[in-house]
Amino acid sequence: MAELLQKQRKTKSKPRRGNGSKNSRSIQELDSVTVRFAGDSGDGMQLAGSQFTQTAAIIGNDVATLPDFPAEIRAPAGSLPGVSAFQVHFSDHDIHTAGDCADVLVAMNPAALKMHIGDLEGDGILIVNTDGFSENNLRKAGCSTNPLEDGSLESYRCFEVPVTKLTHEALQDLSLTKKEKDRCKNFFALGLTLWMFDRTLDSTLRWIDQKFTAMPEMAEANRRALKAGYFFGDTTEAFASIHYRVAEATLPKGLYRQVTGNQAMAMGLAVGAHLAKKQLFYASYPITPASDILHEMARYKNYNVATFQAEDEIAAIGAAIGASFGGHLGVTASSGPGIALKTEAINLAVMVELPVVIIDVQRGGPSTGLPTKTEQGDLLQAIHGRNSESPVAVLAPATPGECFEYAITALRLAVKYMTPVFLLSDGSLANGAEPWRIPSFDDLPKFDCHHLVDAKDFQPYRRDKTTLARPWVLPGTPGLEHTIGGLEKEDVTGAVSYDPRNHEAMCRLRAQKIAGMVQDIPDVALFGANSGKVLVVGWGSTYGAITTAVEKQQAAGKSVSSMHLRYLNPLPANTGSLLKNFEKVLVPELNLGQLRSILRDQYLVDAVGLNKVRGQPLTVAEVTQAIEGLL
Amino acid sequence: MASTTLTRKDFASDQEVRWCPGCGDYAILASMQRLAPSLGIAKEKFVFISGIGCSSRFPYYMNTYGFHTIHGRAMTIATGLKCTRPDLSVWVITGDGDGLSIGGNHFIHTLRRNLDINILLFNNRIYGLTKGQYSPTSEQGKKTKSTPMGSIDYPVNALSLALASEATFIARSIDVYSNHLQEVIRQAAAHRGVSFVEIYQNCNIFNDGAFSAFSERDVRNERLLELEDGRPMLFGKEKREGIRIQGGKPEVIKVGQAGVREQDVLVHDAATANMTIPFLLSRMDYPDFPVPIGVFRRVERPTYDELLQGQINTVKKQKGAGDIVKLLKGSQTWEVH
Repeated sequence: MAELLQKQRKTKSKPRRGNGSKNSRSIQELDSVTVRFAGDSGDGMQLAGSQFTQTAAIIGNDVATLPDFPAEIRAPAGSLPGVSAFQVHFSDHDIHTAGDCADVLVAMNPAALKMHIGDLEGDGILIVNTDGFSENNLRKAGCSTNPLEDGSLESYRCFEVPVTKLTHEALQDLSLTKKEKDRCKNFFALGLTLWMFDRTLDSTLRWIDQKFTAMPEMAEANRRALKAGYFFGDTTEAFASIHYRVAEATLPKGLYRQVTGNQAMAMGLAVGAHLAKKQLFYASYPITPASDILHEMARYKNYNVATFQAEDEIAAIGAAIGASFGGHLGVTASSGPGIALKTEAINLAVMVELPVVIIDVQRGGPSTGLPTKTEQGDLLQAIHGRNSESPVAVLAPATPGECFEYAITALRLAVKYMTPVFLLSDGSLANGAEPWRIPSFDDLPKFDCHHLVDAKDFQPYRRDKTTLARPWVLPGTPGLEHTIGGLEKEDVTGAVSYDPRNHEAMCRLRAQKIAGMVQDIPDVALFGANSGKVLVVGWGSTYGAITTAVEKQQAAGKSVSSMHLRYLNPLPANTGSLLKNFEKVLVPELNLGQLRSILRDQYLVDAVGLNKVRGQPLTVAEVTQAIEGLL
Repeated sequence: MASTTLTRKDFASDQEVRWCPGCGDYAILASMQRLAPSLGIAKEKFVFISGIGCSSRFPYYMNTYGFHTIHGRAMTIATGLKCTRPDLSVWVITGDGDGLSIGGNHFIHTLRRNLDINILLFNNRIYGLTKGQYSPTSEQGKKTKSTPMGSIDYPVNALSLALASEATFIARSIDVYSNHLQEVIRQAAAHRGVSFVEIYQNCNIFNDGAFSAFSERDVRNERLLELEDGRPMLFGKEKREGIRIQGGKPEVIKVGQAGVREQDVLVHDAATANMTIPFLLSRMDYPDFPVPIGVFRRVERPTYDELLQGQINTVKKQKGAGDIVKLLKGSQTWEVH
C-alpha cells in the first residue's frame, strides 16, 4: 500500500477555498506530506521550497525542512553535481523531521530525477518538467534512455508537465528575454504545487511584491508564472486525483515565525548581548554553512552588534578574544576546518580565562570534506581538539529554534565562568527551518557582567569561590594594570610561573572550573519512562529522527525511552544514573561514534552506536531499525 | 591619575627583565618607558599586546595593561580590542619572525585597514627565542643552525611590504639611537591610523653586529640618512651628500661637486600619495646607500575603528536603537490560538 494512500483518511467533497478554483472536485485530507523540489542549481528550487514552506507555516501546519544544495555555486547546468533540492515536511500534528522519503517529487530535469527518484515513496507522485528532458540534458545526466519513455517510472504516479513552455506562454507579451522568462519556471512549479495542496497564493504574491519592487516587470512575470501553475492544476483533469489538504496542526498557543538555525543563532546572540547590557563583537571568516550568521549579524548594527569579517579564521577568533579582553562579548563562528585553525587561539582563551563563544556549524569532513552537507563529526574536536589539558564547555542545540536559546546560554556561561564556550550546530540545523514560537522578551533571563574596579588586594587570578572564575578587569581601569598571557600563570597572582606543582594545580583548577559548571546545567529529562529496555541517547540535529522513532515505539507499547543531550561538556549530573536504568543504550550519531566513546569512557556503559556519515540527516527508519534490533 | 605627573618609573613593572645581557631590547624598553609619560595618555589607557618571541616579552616589563598572546597573532587581538575600545592606546610589539613570518598575513591586513594602533616591529634578522635560526629578514646565504650551507630564502623588506599594504604611517629607527627612536615613536603615537615602526635591534647572541656597520655612533652621520619631512635628504658629517632620483633610480650626489647644488637634492615629502619615492627609499641599503631612518610615509585616511563606529551610528540614527521584539518577529508571523 502506498504511504500516501495510507495517510488518506477521508475523501470529502465540499466547496474549496483558494483562488477562485472550481468547487466541484473532491479534496483528500492527509495528515502529513513530504514534498521535494529538485532541479538545477540555477532553477530556483530553494526559493520554491522556502515559499511553499512559508505558506504551509502560515496556514498553521507544523513544518520541517531540509535544503540540500551543491558546494559549487553553479555547477554545469543539467549535470548531476549541479542538482539542488529542497524538502519540506508539513503536517496537521507535531513533527520533528523533514521526512525520510518524499511523497511528492518535483523534478525539473533528468539529473534531478536521477539523483532523487530513489527517495520517492514506492508509488509517490512525480511531477516532471518534460521541457528539461532534452537529449543534451539526458546525456549530461548519464541517461542512456529517456526515463519518461523507458518505463522505469511506471510504479510512480507520474505527471508530465511542459513547465518551461507553459511558463513562456504565460509570459508571452512581456518584453523579457528568453533567459529571464526561463527563470520564472520555478514559480510555475510552485503554483502547481500550492494548488495540489489547496493553498492560497497570498504569501508568495506578497513576497514577490516586496522582493521585486525595483523590477516591476520581473515581479509581473513571476506573479503570472505562479498563477499559471496554479490554474494549470485547477483546470487539468488529470490533476483532480491529486488534490489534497493538510489541516492545521495544534501547536502551543502563541505568535510564530519561521526560523532557520543560523537565523535563530544570530538572534540569540543579539538578544544575549541585550540581556547582558553589553556590546557584542562578532568576528568571523566566511565559511559554509556558517556564513549566514555573519550576514544576519551584519544587519544588527542598531542592536549593539559590531561585525568584523577577518582576513582568516585565526584573525577572527583573535579579534573576538581582543574584544572580550576589552569587556565586550567576543563571538566567532566557523565550521570544522576553520575551527581547526582557531584551536591555538581557543587555548589562549583557556589560559587567560576570558569569555568567548565559538560556534561550529558542522559539515562533512575531514579536510574540506562535504562543505554543504551535514555531519556531527566535530564533537571530539570541540571537547578535546587542542594541545595539552584544555577544558572548555560544549553545548549543542537540538533544533533550529533551540539555537536561539543556547546562543544566550553560551554567552551567559562564558561570562559567568570566564571561559570559552563551544556551540555545536550543523548544516541541517543551520539551513533547516521550523515554525518557532517567538519568546516573550520579559521571560528571558537577564544576566550580569561584573568588572572589578577595586584596586585593593587585586590579584588577576584570584577566583570566585563558587564558579572559580577569575575577575574580568577592563583595560582602562586605573590602578589594576597587569599583563595576561599564554604562559602558565601562578595561582592567584597570575605572574608567569614555571613551577611544576603550580602547573599541575592550575591544570586541575581549569578542569575543575569547567566540571563545576554542572551546577548551572539542568538535569537531562527523559522522553519516556525512567527505566526500561532501550535508551536512545542523542545530541544535536538527530533529535527529530530519534524522537519520532521513539514516539512510534512507545505508541506500539515498547519499552523505549530517549535522552537528548544539549550539554556535552560537562554532561548533566544525572546522565550516568539514567544510563544505568536501561538494559541497552543506543547512541545514533552522524559520526563514527564520538558521543558513544564519551559515554563509555565516563560511565562504563556498554553503549551501542548507530553511525552514519553520508552528509545526510539520520532517518526515522534507520533509528527504528536500530531500536528494533535491540528489543 | 593625571598623566603629566608620571615619570619613567611609573611605567616600569616589578617583573625582572629576562632578556640576555646586552640585548637591544633593553634600549627599546628604556626608550618607551622614558617616552610614555610625555605622550599625554593616561597610564591605564596603554595596552601593550605582543605575540611570541624575545620582543614579545615586552608587555611584562611595562607597568600598564598588557597581553602576551600567541605566535603571530598579536595584531588580531589588538584589532578586536581597538574596534571595541577606541578609547585605549593600543600598541603591538612584534618581531621579524612573529610579525613577518608566522603573522605575515595579519601584518598585511591590519596595515591596510588602518586601524588606529601602533605597531613596533623589532627586527634583529634572526630567531632568538628558538636559538638562532634564520628569519624572513635574514640575508640570503646566512649560515645558522637550520641552514648550515647558508639560507636559500630571499629576505622580505618590512618597509616595502608595509607600503604595499597601504600603511598610513611607516617609519624606521634603531635600538641604540635612543633620541631618534623616541621621536619616531612619539610621531607614531600622534598619528591617527595604523603606525608601523621597524626598529633595527641587535641580537648580541645570535646575530651580533647585524646593523653595526651603520648604527654605531661614529659612523651614523655618514651611513644613515635621517629623513625629515620637508627637508632635503642630506647626510654626511657636513650634510653635503644627498639623494636625488635620476632615471627612476636613487643616487648619491655630493653638493658642490660637478655642479650639483643643494636644490638638486630630493626633498622628503612624507605626506605624498605617490608611493614611488617612499618605495625607492625603502629599498636603499648600506653599503650602496646610506640607510634611511625616520618617517617614510604619513598620510591621512579614515581609521577602521572610526568607520566601524560610523556605520553603527548611522544605522542607529536611521532606525533608532534596536527593538528586540521587532527583531524576534522578523518579516512574517502568524498567531496560533
